Amino acid sequence: MKAKIIITPKKAVVDPQGKTVQSALAHMGYHDVGAVHVGKYLEIELSGSDHEAARKQIDEACHKILSNPVIEDYRFEIE
Amino acid sequence: MNFSVLQFPASNCDQDAVHVLRNVLGHSARFLWHKEHSLGECDAVIIPGGFSYGDYLRTGAIARFSPVMEAVQAFAANGGLVLGICNGFQILCEAGLLPGALIRNRSLQFRCEHVFLRTVTADSPFTNQIPADKLLRVPIAHGEGCYFADDETLAGLRAKNQILWRYVNAEGEPTETANPNGSLDNIAGICNESRNVAGLMPHPERASEAILGCADGRLVFESLVHACQSKIQAAAA
Repeated sequence: MKAKIIITPKKAVVDPQGKTVQSALAHMGYHDVGAVHVGKYLEIELSGSDHEAARKQIDEACHKILSNPVIEDYRFEIE
Repeated sequence: MNFSVLQFPASNCDQDAVHVLRNVLGHSARFLWHKEHSLGECDAVIIPGGFSYGDYLRTGAIARFSPVMEAVQAFAANGGLVLGICNGFQILCEAGLLPGALIRNRSLQFRCEHVFLRTVTADSPFTNQIPADKLLRVPIAHGEGCYFADDETLAGLRAKNQILWRYVNAEGEPTETANPNGSLDNIAGICNESRNVAGLMPHPERASEAILGCADGRLVFESLVHACQSKIQAAAA
């Protein structure tokens, strides 16, 4: 199994990277582009086969270390 | 006084901190490797600056799970004095010992320059020797020093007098241009509610001797020494 995790800055947190990318895109002529948020993508390989147990474990790991709940949101899929 | 200065892989201000404590202030200071499980004989802990674990994942995110940090958690819970400088501040926030988080500088630039700090309150073990009208001129060197906390946390910091230092201009005003990283409320350093754990982004250990151009940072360490001595005297009485 594999966990695919996406971590993004919370909406209330200033995201200077996202803002810089947004203005670069606008500058390049992509005028329909709105707010950009730059986050992280992680892939974690898992050796077990219990989908539910893996979900629980990854959720815990996301909360404890992979993301910082003060500034980030996360979501993930187990495949 | 016995100080413990933590060392993580890629700490790089540990030597400076020990130098100030030992050679400038004349106290006992020892390095403590991140794999240690005990702080031993210790009056105060310094978590120095650097790039622990290469800043991988997030600044301080991996260091906080090292064995020595478990000992620091227990020490802090017991009222022990802990000061985090730069990366040390980031580690303390990640560890939940201080509220909020430090994120990428708003300019996206690594800022390496001298700043002015106003000490907001002398009511802490980290500021008790700093005169109220004294601005501290100390260097910063960081890419992720923008202090962030949600509205409720920020209101709590203000209400409980937990903001210790603010970035100000040479006139002592907390202006936007004096803020090097976009920190909320120009916050440069805070303490916890119990006032025994503090963190700041600037480097007092790099400005504690006249030969380095400025010795203002020494006041932070002298405050810490004063607090330790008062604590020992109180325990003996």
